[in-house]
Amino acid sequence: MQWEAVIGLEIHTQLATKSKIFSGSSTAFGAEPNTQASLLDLGMPGTLPVLNRRAVEFAVRFAKAIDAELARRSVFARKNYFYPDLPKGYQISQFELPIVGRGHVEILLEDGSLKTIGVTRAHLEEDAGKSLHEDFHGMTGIDLNRAGTPLLEIVSEPDMRSAREAVAYARKIYQIVTWLGICDGNMQEGSFRCDANVSVRPRGDEELGTRTELKNINSFRFLERAINYEIERQIEVIEDGGSIVQETRLYDAERDETRSMRSKEEANDYRYFPDPDLLPVVLDDDFIAEATRDMPELPDQRRARFESEHGLSAYDASMLTASRAHADYYEAVVAACGDAKLAANWVMGELAAALNKASLEIEQCPVSATGLGELLGRILDSTISGKIAKQVFEAMWAGEGSADEVIEAKGLKQVTDTGALAGWVDEVIAANPEQVANYRAAEADKRKKMIGFFVGQVMKKSQGKANPQQVNELLRQRLEE
Amino acid sequence: MSLNADDIQKIAHLARLAVDEDEITSLQRDLSNILDLVEQMQAVDTSQVRPMAHPLDMPQRLRPDEVTETNQRERYLRNAPAAENGLFLVPKVIE
Repeated sequence: MQWEAVIGLEIHTQLATKSKIFSGSSTAFGAEPNTQASLLDLGMPGTLPVLNRRAVEFAVRFAKAIDAELARRSVFARKNYFYPDLPKGYQISQFELPIVGRGHVEILLEDGSLKTIGVTRAHLEEDAGKSLHEDFHGMTGIDLNRAGTPLLEIVSEPDMRSAREAVAYARKIYQIVTWLGICDGNMQEGSFRCDANVSVRPRGDEELGTRTELKNINSFRFLERAINYEIERQIEVIEDGGSIVQETRLYDAERDETRSMRSKEEANDYRYFPDPDLLPVVLDDDFIAEATRDMPELPDQRRARFESEHGLSAYDASMLTASRAHADYYEAVVAACGDAKLAANWVMGELAAALNKASLEIEQCPVSATGLGELLGRILDSTISGKIAKQVFEAMWAGEGSADEVIEAKGLKQVTDTGALAGWVDEVIAANPEQVANYRAAEADKRKKMIGFFVGQVMKKSQGKANPQQVNELLRQRLEE
Repeated sequence: MSLNADDIQKIAHLARLAVDEDEITSLQRDLSNILDLVEQMQAVDTSQVRPMAHPLDMPQRLRPDEVTETNQRERYLRNAPAAENGLFLVPKVIE
């Protein structure tokens, strides 16, 4: 039997506000436990939540970025459950009337085609605190610094058919929220967490199979592995005559398997109801205009512009829009040197390799975009060759100065003086009589390839500083006279 | 609509309330009465009425995104039955 997987994702993104969604406590990561937990975050009686304007603005921006319906009126609700890291006994969330309605994003599939994935909704809610299960004399430690951190939970339609598609969708959402600056994207710190709903059905069936939910996956690699494991597991259970139990499962990265967490018998009954402490959130035109006024050009638009205006391939354009920092860097290089293709090659080639080797993000790059642009300008005006440019780049990376300073200090200026070049050309011809004879005996179309040997020899003699075009020209004259 | 004893136990469990066996019958009656009242209200045609989220007919006020709270941890921890290393301690929670 041919099976088909059906996957939907729920993604929790922590919004990059300074203060919490309903209190004036700081949301900074890594503080001493409970030093950022106010009376409201502790769920003390007599406190009242007051909604953070910025969190609402961020949700509005997200709605615009995924072309979603924006609710002019949304309502906060209480989701009731008991857990010690949730001191109030309920999480303030949105249920029937979320702020962001139906929207969509496009993902790039491996065959190069685009697929539209529906976003069902996105709602604002508060994060819970953290339980530390290390041994405190048989007790659990509670840190409420994270309690009340604003989250935007983004729920997709069950539109994905493989783990790869699910990862492509998650990466797309990640790209959008970090690009908009509404989430810092730090997955180690839990700023972007995925839950996956996975089911399988015989290919061609319309009806959905019973699904399981994989909780709290905080890396794209684990997301792919967890879903693949779960698809295999479900197929095996069904083919062995069993049936899938609707349940929550945890992915264990060390064993590369999913394990049952709670089963349907204890299915959660959250008893949602509108939170009487909060009034409906009403968005008027002014608020929406204000929230979206400084929206950056979105990644898909920018990718399209790089293709149409800069003449880049779809692949290059999508690589260079992987993050806003990448796209900004690349555009600044283009602005400084004026050659899009050369800039693209360097940013994706030499620069990416150097960053990778040093384990740096592009934001931490020791060579500025304008600095790299100047260097490429020296290739374009024939001051140096592309090969020498790599040497200059290394020196710039090491902090030895600007492109011009390095070229000057190391004497790397390209030799364009015909006399000097002719000297090297003559030496090479004299030293290689056999190759010269072969060249002269060869057909014209073969010669093109054979001249490379002589050019290489001259470049070697000049320590890479000879102008390759001139060398080529001189060699042809000499060899063909 | 009438609730049975199991419904009462389930509701009590969800609310983490300890209910004695001899209270169940009276709770069953009281809660069923409340549901009957709701049922009566449901007979009214509300198709033209927008569901009310709050009795105050006002939109939510928003506050600027500013950190206004300072660290009061030691005072708050003093209020807890058990605390250690800046953490509140609770009976062991096992998932």
